[in-house]
Amino acid sequence: MAMKFAELLVATPVFVNVGVREFGDSLREAGFEVVQVDWSPPAGGNAAMAALLDELL
Amino acid sequence: MIKKTVVRKNRYFDSVFLMQVARRIAAEPGIKDASALLCTEANKKVLVELGYGEAGGDTEFASAGPNDLVLALEGEKSAVMAVAADPETRLQRPASSSVGTAREPRSLAEAAALSPRSGVAVISVPGEYAARESRAALREGLNVFLFSSNVSVADEISLKTEARQKGLIVMGPDCGTAFIGGAGIGFANAVRRGPVGIVGSSGTGIQEFSCMVHRAGCGISHAIGTGSRDLSDAIGGISTMTAIDALEADRDTKVIVVISKPPGQGATARLRERLARSSRPVVLCLLGAHRPVEPEQAAGGLNEASTIDEAVSLALQAPGVNGATRRPLDPEAARVEAALQVSRMRQGQRYVRGLFAGGTLCYQAQGIFRDAGLLVHSNSPIPGMRELEDPRTSRESSLVDMGAEIFVEGRSHPMIDASYRRKRLEEEGNDTSVALIILDFILGAISSRDPAGDLAETIRAVREAARRRGDHLCVVASVCGTEEDAQGLAAQTKKLLEAGALVFPSAAEAAVFAREIALKLNRRKEAR
Repeated sequence: MAMKFAELLVATPVFVNVGVREFGDSLREAGFEVVQVDWSPPAGGNAAMAALLDELL
Repeated sequence: MIKKTVVRKNRYFDSVFLMQVARRIAAEPGIKDASALLCTEANKKVLVELGYGEAGGDTEFASAGPNDLVLALEGEKSAVMAVAADPETRLQRPASSSVGTAREPRSLAEAAALSPRSGVAVISVPGEYAARESRAALREGLNVFLFSSNVSVADEISLKTEARQKGLIVMGPDCGTAFIGGAGIGFANAVRRGPVGIVGSSGTGIQEFSCMVHRAGCGISHAIGTGSRDLSDAIGGISTMTAIDALEADRDTKVIVVISKPPGQGATARLRERLARSSRPVVLCLLGAHRPVEPEQAAGGLNEASTIDEAVSLALQAPGVNGATRRPLDPEAARVEAALQVSRMRQGQRYVRGLFAGGTLCYQAQGIFRDAGLLVHSNSPIPGMRELEDPRTSRESSLVDMGAEIFVEGRSHPMIDASYRRKRLEEEGNDTSVALIILDFILGAISSRDPAGDLAETIRAVREAARRRGDHLCVVASVCGTEEDAQGLAAQTKKLLEAGALVFPSAAEAAVFAREIALKLNRRKEAR
């Protein structure tokens, strides 16, 4: 669901964390809802291949 | 002693976790040094320079790629072999971590479907994937907090333009901190909510400002990071404009403060034009830019400050902001203390060295020195200062941003990992031409659990070594944080005082005091 930035400022924000887990952990510890993505580099770490796949899909 | 690498194929971990793994292994008996890195070309090169890889004989290491993990181990043979025999135990996350609850989504789209009320994606993947993930977030209608750096200008423009069209914002790339709806994102301090809204392209600038507002008894409505390049002419302040619009519409924000490193000329003109028609009072703090002619003159509610401290004072005076006024440094007391310090220094001690964890605080200190006509060297010089040829070696008086790209490639930021700054502090402390060292300590989430403790022993040691050779080495420090931060402002300050540092309530005041000493050292030199 899209939440415009101005609306976000009057709501209790809910987060998706992609990458360093500590960012999500510290928000969760502060009482905020966080969904952690189990991220790993796409296309086996080949950034050019990932970009190509993005274009094709 | 042996050196050995252990490669784990197709294992991705983030850099903060890998630093923790390396620390844990290094603390095992018999291990002298340990690194845990992804096998990027840059990391492999560093390890080869350190003597790993058996000059190409280690074929597993030689053929490893950026999606593989390498442990580089140095120590007694039995200890190294024990780690090599069981690396997986060392790669397990502690039970308190977020892993292991339910199955985690593998993509942003999956996460957004799972949590339809999500409003912000916090993204800290390696730079080459950051634009891709940000696009996925915008596609899901999410605002983006983008911590990653190394995103191209073209990608930044296209992401921010897309966000603006959708009524969303991209905070970043290279965004260190934000405070949205009471949530501190990234490197954030425990500050109360209140009437002061912040827009900032500089992470430590936002942190220092919000902590000072909190300590004055007031609070922050929202602090919106925009990324270090947002106010460059290439980007044109796209996120800054979105942030100002949002704060202006926010009922709880009574004053808007914009904090930035020196912006581009075109972007500055647009920013001033926008701020001049703001319906809220505005404080503009451009650190390192030349001091405005009349710094405190209000023109249509627009006030200008050249230090974070001035910005805090101006914000606290705005209508509707009920903050106590700050008591600034007493200039006379500072002059007396500076004279006392200089009187104890040997003639050969002539230079000031600043080792900053906060890039913005380095800019601010340069501005403070320049205001008194003092030229220094820096690896990120503001207009009028001299560029350090090699950021790893100071020249005369130097103010160094230790968070610059060259220092953090393959290792964590000095706010998290103090080891490189500690080594540099030793070098500067052992330089007999150095009279004074400036340090900043940044508390809060994500930062080291004990920033002052990380350097306290070294501060004590370099001062003691200076004393033994007949020098007096002055160490000047400031702590950016609040009592409510996990590290505790008072406890951190106490550690620095006990180590022999002079601790000031703000980075600007520490720099003003250091400047006082630098001026006295110059006069002493001229008098000879």
